[in-house]
Order: sequence, then C-alpha cells, then structure tokens
Amino acid sequence: MSTETTAHNGAASAGSDAAPLELREVVKRYPGAEKPAVDKLSLEVPAGEICVLVGPSGCGKTTAMRMVNRMIDITDGDILIGGKSVRDRRPAELRREIGYVIQQIGLFPHRTIGENIATVPHLLGWDKQRTGARVEELLEIVGLPADFRDRYPSQLSGGQRQRVGVARALAADPPLMLMDEPFGAIDPINRERLQNEFLRLQAELRKTIVFVTHDIDEAIKMGDRIAILQEGGILAQYATPAELLMYPASPFVEDFVGSDRALKRLALQRVRDIDLWTAPIVRIGEPVSEVKAKLAEADLEIPLVVDDDGRPTGWLSDRGLQGERVREDFRSPAEPVVELDDILRDALSDLLQADSQYGPVVDKDGRVAGVLSMEALSHALTVPADQVPSATELAAEA
Amino acid sequence: MDLGYAPILAQLGDDFFSNREGAAEKCPGNNGLCLGWIADNFSDYMDPFWEHVLLSIVPLAIGFVIATSLALFAHRYRVAQPFFLALVGALFTIPSIAFYLILLNITGRGFGTAVVVLTAYTQVLIYRNVMTGLQEVPAETVDVAHGMGLTRRQIMFRVELPMALPTIFAGLRIAASSTVGIAGFAFFAGAGGLGGEIFSDPAFKGNVVTASVLMILLATALELIVLAVQRLCTPWERAVAS
Repeated sequence: MSTETTAHNGAASAGSDAAPLELREVVKRYPGAEKPAVDKLSLEVPAGEICVLVGPSGCGKTTAMRMVNRMIDITDGDILIGGKSVRDRRPAELRREIGYVIQQIGLFPHRTIGENIATVPHLLGWDKQRTGARVEELLEIVGLPADFRDRYPSQLSGGQRQRVGVARALAADPPLMLMDEPFGAIDPINRERLQNEFLRLQAELRKTIVFVTHDIDEAIKMGDRIAILQEGGILAQYATPAELLMYPASPFVEDFVGSDRALKRLALQRVRDIDLWTAPIVRIGEPVSEVKAKLAEADLEIPLVVDDDGRPTGWLSDRGLQGERVREDFRSPAEPVVELDDILRDALSDLLQADSQYGPVVDKDGRVAGVLSMEALSHALTVPADQVPSATELAAEA
Repeated sequence: MDLGYAPILAQLGDDFFSNREGAAEKCPGNNGLCLGWIADNFSDYMDPFWEHVLLSIVPLAIGFVIATSLALFAHRYRVAQPFFLALVGALFTIPSIAFYLILLNITGRGFGTAVVVLTAYTQVLIYRNVMTGLQEVPAETVDVAHGMGLTRRQIMFRVELPMALPTIFAGLRIAASSTVGIAGFAFFAGAGGLGGEIFSDPAFKGNVVTASVLMILLATALELIVLAVQRLCTPWERAVAS
C-alpha cells in the first residue's frame, strides 16, 4: 500500500497520465445563505474524459469546479482525484497538479510568454533546462511560433493569449484540468477554431477535464459527458451529449437543451458515421445496358455521372440513356457535394440550401463515396445514443 | 518661478560681460541679479546643494520602504486600511515649520530631525500610490495565480507588487519633487540645505534665484532618475504589439 502511494506520487510530480475524478455528495453552503450553492453533487469523470458542467447562472457550476482544487472549501462530502481525497492535500500543492484556465485568461502582463508558461514548473523547482525545453514544446503544441517566448502578453491577440493560457495550464503535465468558460471571451469565429484545436489537442493528450460553460451548444460540442445543473447546485442530469439530447431526464433539461435538440444531435455525427445510399455511378460513353444493371442494384434510381477521376459532374437525365451509350445530358448539376468529414448538421444545411433531396458524398480526393439523402439523415437521428461518438472521438477521427 | 524675472534674465548675457570685472558685493545695478555675481559666488552654494541632495534622497529611501511595507500590510490585512490612511493623511496636514518646531524639543536640531519630518511627508504620496497600484491588479490575475498554486506571499511579491510598479513609481516621482521643495525648510531644524541660503538673504535676488534654480534642477534630476529606474524595472510597459 505504502509503496503504491509513493509510486503514484512520483508519477504525479514527474507529470502524469490522466486521473479519474469523483465528486461524492459534495455540498457547498455559504454562511447566512438559506439554500446551499451546491447540493449533494455526485459525479464520476473517467480518466481522460471531458466533463462539462453546464447550467443557467446561479446553478453552482463554477462553485462546483472551484471546490475541486479547493479554491472554495467543501462544506460536506468529498472530492477524489485518482482515488485520493483533495481534503487531505495542502491547497497550494494540490493546485500545482491541476491545470487551471479561466475566461479572462489572466496572463501575467509583467512576465514574458515563456515565463508565464513556466509558472508552475518554476513553483515545482524544475531546473532551467527542463523548463526551457518544456516551454518550447508547449508553444509548439498550442501552435505558436517559438519566438513568442520572449514577448509580453500585451503583444499578443486574444486568441494567441488563450493558447498561452492553455499552454500554461498544461506546463507541468497535470492529470486533471479545470477550465472555466475558457473560450467565453473570444469572438465566435475564433472560438470555433480554438474549440476545434482544443479537441484535437485533447484527442492526443487525453486529460481529465472539468469544463464549465453556460452555453449548451459548447457543452454538446466539447463534452464527453455533460452535467446539467439547476439552481441551487442540484444535478438535473449527467449523461453523454447524445443521451441528453435523446432522453432529457426532466422538463428543465428539455427546456435547457432547447426545442431544436434533434438538430443539435446532428452536430454529433459526421457524414461518414451514417449509412449512405448508393447511386448508380456512370461515365459518359458507357454502354447503357450496364447502367440499367447498376440502376437495379442501387438505392437511388438516378444515375450519377462522374469524370475520369471519379469526381461527380451531374445527375443524368432520361434522355442521356436513350441510345447505345450514355450521352452527356444532365437533368441537374451534382450539387450540393458533401464531404465524408462534414458534420451532419452542416450537410443538412447544404441540402436545404440547394433545395435538394440528396447530394453526392465525396472522399478526401473528391471521388464519389456515396449519396447523402434526407431520408438517410432522418434515419441517423434514430441511432441509439450509445452509438453516437463523443466530441473527443469525433476530433480523433478527423 | 516669478515671470517678473524674465526681462532680467534676458539681460543676463550682457551683464555677465559688462559687470564681470566690477562685480560689486551684490551687484545692485541690476536689481540684485547678475550672472557675474552668480559665477563668482557659485561655489558657496555647493555645500548647501549636497546637503539638500541628502535631505531629499534619504527621506525618499526611508519613506519608500516604510510606506510600501505599510501598504503591503494593509493590503493583506484590510482592517488596517482606514487606520493607515488616516495616519499618513494626518501627517501630511501638519505645517512643516510647526512640525520642525515640535520635533526640536524631542529630537533636537540637525539632519536627523529634518529626515524624520521629510520622511513623514513622503508617506501619504507613496502609500496611496502603492495601495492604488495593488488594488488595480485585476482580480482574475490574482485568481489564476491562486489557482496555479502560488501562495499568498508569492502572489504578493511575484504578481501584485510587480504589476503595481508603474503606479508606485508615479507616486515616487511626485514624492521626489515635493520632498525637494519641503526640504527647503529643513534649515529650521538646523539641517542646512538650499532653503538656508534663500532665507539667509531673501531680499537679494541673485541669491534667491541661484538657490531656487538649483532646487528645481535637483527636483528634475530626481524625477528623471526615478523615471529611468522605472523603465529598467518595467520592461513590459514598453512592449508594443508587433
């Protein structure tokens, strides 16, 4: 037992793998307040997953997060990181092992980017060489040029500062990260980019992350699991995004996820994840008899003409089949063209915009891989929740 | 400075040559102001000048240490804030001559007494700016420092104090020039300085102008030195987006 503990400590100080997080009936009661801010909150976050705490303001989500690194004292219950209670730890030491990112980022303006990133390694007493190498590595991981190390925060854009904030939180390779609305202050375009970047990063790093947001769309996008809290810090539902959207546990959850929850589910899947239709693929000059055979086998009855490289050029009209060989006579162009990696929601939008019931799906090289139809899309919404991939899995696929 | 001197100053060049040879005791011909007299008697001002330098620098240094310590203490233990503010404010309201005369009975005459008074006057200027600087540090910066595992002491000395430096230096600059001015009364305590020269013959303009200009130069030099140190200590202030 004692050797095991020592070994675990050694791993933690040297940088470590993700640790599971468990909240056991955690209560936060402020003196003088009638109701607790967080009421008997129990959650288990498996190692390497993103748990999003989401809910309206005043639901205690930030309070719950801040009890994990003891920025706020726990009134009752317990929090365990890697099976060890945070209550037994000295707060400052505990915090050095937990990455911390907040909305305002809070970079130290009087320190260079390199010094900012090196904050925790410095506290842990790493030597210069190790710290320097780590700073270099982290700048690369978050996609910033190496010469940023000697700049000051005031010389960076909002998005760049946010990346530095994430790099700083990752510096000592913590097994757990706390992120409080980390992308909240970024404009929508950059936010989307940073979210995607972060999911890609997480697909590699596989940290255990507690992520606080008030935005249900961000929660669905970022979370492997989502904990919806309602006022008074009561857990309304804890489930994967797909489960949450398919089976909201209460009218509160149903209301909070929004009446467009079926559409939101479409954001959880990519075109490659669903059963695509087949279309008869034909080339100009091909014998019409062969086309007729293909028509009998395919899901769709309209031949899709492709060029020599297999790229879609248009849907063939009936006149194109009158004669010995296929003639170039299109009934309509092959639009919209959807990619295998597209999110279903975007693909649906493309179909609606082109006023079309179906569109050819192409792979990375632009070759036809199938056909996406409205029918296939609505069928995708009936896929059981446990077969819908999580955000990190989606990012890892792409 | 009195603008009434302007036409006289314009003549100074002429006087320097025409009156050089016959520089009388107090060159009465030019209403008591001529460069020749100043040039002949300038060395007499050097000792009071260096006394004045010490009377400015020593209280500033001691005052900076005390006021900053008070402010850091008050920042950590907020109950002390109103008490300290009232104290440093009250010190500043005591008229300097009265202050010297009160202290004469306690600490006697001399440099020490003057330093006590001048240090007391620096307190309100430096204390208030250190306090403001510490309070202006954004809450989120302190929060994130806390969240990364810095202790309270580390946050104070590695985050809050450095971030407050620009405001602290601003207070120090004001304190520097005001101390040079108030040190003009240090001769009441028998501590000499340029004020002693001025009051030794306040009717003679050559004397008053020389001593006053030296005080202005000293105040300017001290401000520039503080500014130079500030620039050295706060390189991030000069960092511009590229």
